[in-house]
Amino acid sequence: MAIVTAPTKACAVNPLKMSQPIGGAFAFMGLRGAMPLLHGSQGCTSFGLTLFVRHFKEAVPLQTTAMSEVATVLGGYENLEQAILNIYSRAKPKIVGICSTGVTETNGDDVDAYLKLIRGKHPQLANLPLVYVSTPDFKGAFQDGWEKAVERIVDVLVEGPGANGLRDPSKVNVLPGCHLTPGDLDELRVIVEDFGLCPSFLPDLAGSLDGHIPDEFTPTTIGGIGVDEIASMGRAGWTIAIGAQMQRAAEVMQVKTGVPFRVFERLCGLGPNDEFMMFLSEISGRPIPLKYRRQRGQLADAMLDAHFHVGGRKIAIGAEPDLLFDLSGMLHDMGAQVTAAVTTTQSEVIERIKTKEVLIGDLEDLEALAKTNHCDLLITHSHGRQAAARLKLPFYRTGFPMFDRLGAGHQLSVGYRGTRNLIFEIANLVIAHREENDQPTPDTWRTAAGLPRCSGNRSSTGAAGRSIA
Amino acid sequence: MSSLAATVRNIFNEPGCAKNGSKSEAERKNGCTKQLQPGSAAGGCAFDGAKVALQPFTDVAHLVHGPIACEGNSWDNRGAASSGSNLWRTAFTTDLSETDIVFGGEKRLCKAIKEIIDKCDPPAIFVYQTCIPAMIGDDINAVCKAASQRFTKPVIPINSPGFVGSKNLGNKLAGEALLDYVIGTQEPDYTTPYDINLIGEYNLSGELWQVKPLLDELGVRILSCISGDGKYREVASSHRARAAMLVCSKSMINLARKMEQRYGIPFFEGSFYGIQDSSKSLRQLARLLVERGAPTDLLGRTEAVIEREEARAWATIEPYKPRFEGKKALLITGGVKSWSVVAALQEAGLELVGTSVKKSTTKDKERIKELMGRDAHMIEDMTPREMYKMLKDAEADIMLSGGKSQFVALKAAMPWLDINQERCHAYMGYVGMVKLVEEIDKSLSNPMWEQLRRPAPWETLAKAVEQMQSPLAAIACDPAFAETTRHARKNCVCNTVDLGTFEDAIYAHGLRSVAAVREHTNAVGDCCQRRTEGILVSEPSAMRQAAE
Repeated sequence: MAIVTAPTKACAVNPLKMSQPIGGAFAFMGLRGAMPLLHGSQGCTSFGLTLFVRHFKEAVPLQTTAMSEVATVLGGYENLEQAILNIYSRAKPKIVGICSTGVTETNGDDVDAYLKLIRGKHPQLANLPLVYVSTPDFKGAFQDGWEKAVERIVDVLVEGPGANGLRDPSKVNVLPGCHLTPGDLDELRVIVEDFGLCPSFLPDLAGSLDGHIPDEFTPTTIGGIGVDEIASMGRAGWTIAIGAQMQRAAEVMQVKTGVPFRVFERLCGLGPNDEFMMFLSEISGRPIPLKYRRQRGQLADAMLDAHFHVGGRKIAIGAEPDLLFDLSGMLHDMGAQVTAAVTTTQSEVIERIKTKEVLIGDLEDLEALAKTNHCDLLITHSHGRQAAARLKLPFYRTGFPMFDRLGAGHQLSVGYRGTRNLIFEIANLVIAHREENDQPTPDTWRTAAGLPRCSGNRSSTGAAGRSIA
Repeated sequence: MSSLAATVRNIFNEPGCAKNGSKSEAERKNGCTKQLQPGSAAGGCAFDGAKVALQPFTDVAHLVHGPIACEGNSWDNRGAASSGSNLWRTAFTTDLSETDIVFGGEKRLCKAIKEIIDKCDPPAIFVYQTCIPAMIGDDINAVCKAASQRFTKPVIPINSPGFVGSKNLGNKLAGEALLDYVIGTQEPDYTTPYDINLIGEYNLSGELWQVKPLLDELGVRILSCISGDGKYREVASSHRARAAMLVCSKSMINLARKMEQRYGIPFFEGSFYGIQDSSKSLRQLARLLVERGAPTDLLGRTEAVIEREEARAWATIEPYKPRFEGKKALLITGGVKSWSVVAALQEAGLELVGTSVKKSTTKDKERIKELMGRDAHMIEDMTPREMYKMLKDAEADIMLSGGKSQFVALKAAMPWLDINQERCHAYMGYVGMVKLVEEIDKSLSNPMWEQLRRPAPWETLAKAVEQMQSPLAAIACDPAFAETTRHARKNCVCNTVDLGTFEDAIYAHGLRSVAAVREHTNAVGDCCQRRTEGILVSEPSAMRQAAE
């Protein structure tokens, strides 16, 4: 049980957190032919856009209502109307996802009412789904925006059960949290399909941001789950939610359609994947395919090989709640100690993280904790690069954004195979760092009287103290 | 907000701005309040602009007063380089919560300033206003004033909330803040007759250091660079410079003009992009300094450096010229770069098929016409779709643009080079031009493009099958039919000679060279040379072997 601490300082330094609206917009990016629209000043969109582009190295659709100072005073109805009409005629989207921002929440724009007015005035929009989600910048974080957006999408776009109430037990809904990459989704799709099930991912970033080359240029998303497919999700046999953040969306789905759900809070590690496999086997009535029996063996072997390097390491992790919970759990299962944990927003999982204390804070906090607790490995998104350099620690990049390395969209953490590769990567970082920095010297173990013990070469139990220059 | 509104009006009435100068009186009254189009807008806000313009001051703590979006989504995203402090890369924000918005954020701001001083003790703190605190009425000017007095440290309010306008307006508001609160507040340790200011140069990828060695060699001292690799003390004492060069003419013309007005520092608009532009700028700098009393030998020394550097650069570029022959480039960028890079590329022998003029002034456009001729293809506003089509149709061989349009080019499998702020190479001065040419060559000559443009083999096959208008199954079942269709395949497109004719000719006459095949068939031999070679080296087909 971890104690959750909230920040006391007035100035956040090197934020770990990103804002809700772009988290919401991110969810809409997993819908086919979608145009996410931030209702706010154009900087809100431009910053988010740059961040997504740098992370995925892909063209990213994201529009703005371009609120000016005057519009903010007068209310944003006209800007929203114009934006929707403009997008409708230029981008020809299949769906527009609207997220509010701090500006329009502060002046109190009633977007739901605006949308009704707009629909009344412009009958040509009758068949264009407009999904609005309230995501003020001054509350919550990226993950919350995603959570709310998916919940709204389910609420607005999924159709209730038909008159005959027919279900297709081979159909499965998958609601992935925002901590999963397009690569993770592809991996999950294959796993689910190998049990003879037919998954619908909502949102499906693997369709839009996996880096494929489209035949034609399109200003909207180039793939993802279609609006029709979302509408039919109520006919599935099961809903699988991945990450605690997706619980609410799954509940809404169940209330609306009666589809039962199961939340998998983690999909990284041996135990969580055993559970996942058993569940799939149960709902499909098929045995675990041989392929996964082999992969489980490979993961077990990877754990055996890597525990020498990962076991006993003190690890500092900064990530959004679900990613933090998943990764810290896996590393804890490998014998590592999570001695510094920082997250962005409240969540019910964080007090179950296997560490003493979880701080809702920033990267300055993470850096300070990593230093005082003598951590050996830093895990966070790319913004941790400065801290890692200052602390001279091996640095594993994970989460969003990852702008200074390639392949962010294909980094894997789910499944036996994903976990195996992740463990290798982390262990290799530790090995490389030790080879480069901690070669033993004749004085490594010398304990001259009056001299503090210098321990360049630490044992895997991590017993020896260590000073970070 | 009235004072901010007045400042904005004042900026829009910029006599130094060519675009403004060409407007009628009535138009001018309206200012540059070009309404942003909701739903089809791109680009940053005024806060973004202010931050971009000032962030490269390396030893200053940049504190963003706003909710997490403004700093959390954007920090550490620029490639400006520092020769000293890295404080500018640390993000500070008040991360306003709902409670702050209800009760006001001024107290939190004040506490934040104190925390920064306690932790980092920077020479100054820049406090950036954003939309929400501006809406709820947080008076950052007052907070900064009080904090400056209490902590005896310059705490500078940068009043440029996002919703007042575009990124460019933000650049200018940042300039105003420097004029109001920073410039002239300190004195340099010493002055020389060779002191200059560079205004609107951000040292992206360290490109300033491609030019600085030349200035050092000439004895010209950069008293202050605003703001690339800048330090607070330097800009505070920049009013003692003898001359100034406005490097990015669009971003801070107000600053340059007002410094001329207040402190008598003459300035010129110049560019270090391209060989001739670099020479021109060095010459003008020297001339201005001499006019302001620097020893006249500077002129001669400058000429000598120019001559040497030009010769060196031309010599290095020369071997690339034949490689670039017939290659066409499309340039999508803003403002000054629309012409300064045109000149640079032409120097390297590239043909420019178009350049964007969206952010350019009339003067910029005239320069483009001078360079590219009267019928220059000036692109006012190109949608990504049009860009994609232009590239796909191979009207251009390479596109140079900012990061936002890169995927338009890359997804069309066309070479692309980043020439905006996110780029990782520096292209300034003589050495930078050589670097740009090297990069273009690397990109154009990469063998990867050809592989990528080739469709996947199954797609080619599918197309061929379609052309034969016969179901694949029939071919698979009937080897004789397969051989006939294979024979009928066109080998020489220009003269429609089919494969069978080729093979028959080759085997009947025992031909061994393409030229010989050409004589015996009706093939022209250009389009089919490779295919013919392929037949010559390959084994006779199974059918033929069987027949023999």
